[in-house]
Amino acid sequence: MSFRSVIAVLGVLAVVGLLVFGLVVKGSSGLAIGDPVPTSALPRLEGSGDESLARYRGRWVLVNFWASWCEPCRAEAPALEKFQRQHGGPRFEVLGIDTRDLSGDGRDFVHEFGLSYPQLRDGDGGAAHDYGTSGVPETFLVDPRGKLRLHVPGPVDAEILEGSVAPLLPGGKS
Amino acid sequence: MRARAIVFAALALALLAPAAAAAERASLTEIEKQVMCPVCGTLLQLAESPQAQRERVFISHLIDEGKTEAEIKDALVVEYGDEVLALPPDSGFSLSAYLVPILALLAAAAALAIGVLRWRRAGGGPSEDEPAAPSERDSERLDADLARYDL
Repeated sequence: MSFRSVIAVLGVLAVVGLLVFGLVVKGSSGLAIGDPVPTSALPRLEGSGDESLARYRGRWVLVNFWASWCEPCRAEAPALEKFQRQHGGPRFEVLGIDTRDLSGDGRDFVHEFGLSYPQLRDGDGGAAHDYGTSGVPETFLVDPRGKLRLHVPGPVDAEILEGSVAPLLPGGKS
Repeated sequence: MRARAIVFAALALALLAPAAAAAERASLTEIEKQVMCPVCGTLLQLAESPQAQRERVFISHLIDEGKTEAEIKDALVVEYGDEVLALPPDSGFSLSAYLVPILALLAAAAALAIGVLRWRRAGGGPSEDEPAAPSERDSERLDADLARYDL
């Protein structure tokens, strides 16, 4: 192969590589039922330090992506809090992830609705992207092995929580 | 006379100092052109979403606190990450956004120069030798043409 051909091949490979890199970086993953969920560490919304979903292995977790500027998130917050109070315990917990939001606004939201379950912060939307969300709110039920068992795009309410989530929890109730 | 000059200078300073401070004061309109609405994926200047409104309120509060444009952009990066900046930062991996186009331009110029040199070496360009003298027949035709125009 001549020097000129090598240069041409390298040029084409560089362009293809850039396109693939762009797709990998920007493309949405879109989790399917049974897929392992991302476990990257996120900072806590209140207090200091990071927390990873890996910490919840061995428990059922209802991961709820929300933002304070999102009206449907405001509508579903009381139902999620009630569900946590009824079902939360050593085998199940609701986990809120405040995404693409101002941290101060997020904390105000938590206080306004008296949310007692843990809250993480996803300021740049990286975790929401990794979960393949298309907006907020979106909710994911993760089993004790860290695999996705249920995905609810859009707001949840008491009917969805009690009708679709609760039956999947151990004994129908934790 | 000297005392009058000192008073005049003090007055000028008192008048100009607030004007200079106002000129350095960050402006929401200017910052809106330089940062993104992360949810909308557009410049904040063009965004009307609820998230964009919250972002504007956040910026306005920081302006009221006397923060500079750079400090406000830093605060936005802390909240939303680097992607909130319309132009990527000129450090780390983001530096490639500035370097790659320059390198690509240099590579294209180098490739063009090499191509032209090779083309000329292969005889594709105009010859550097003295042009050949016209033949006798061409000289006669040229003289005849010039004679017709009566120059």
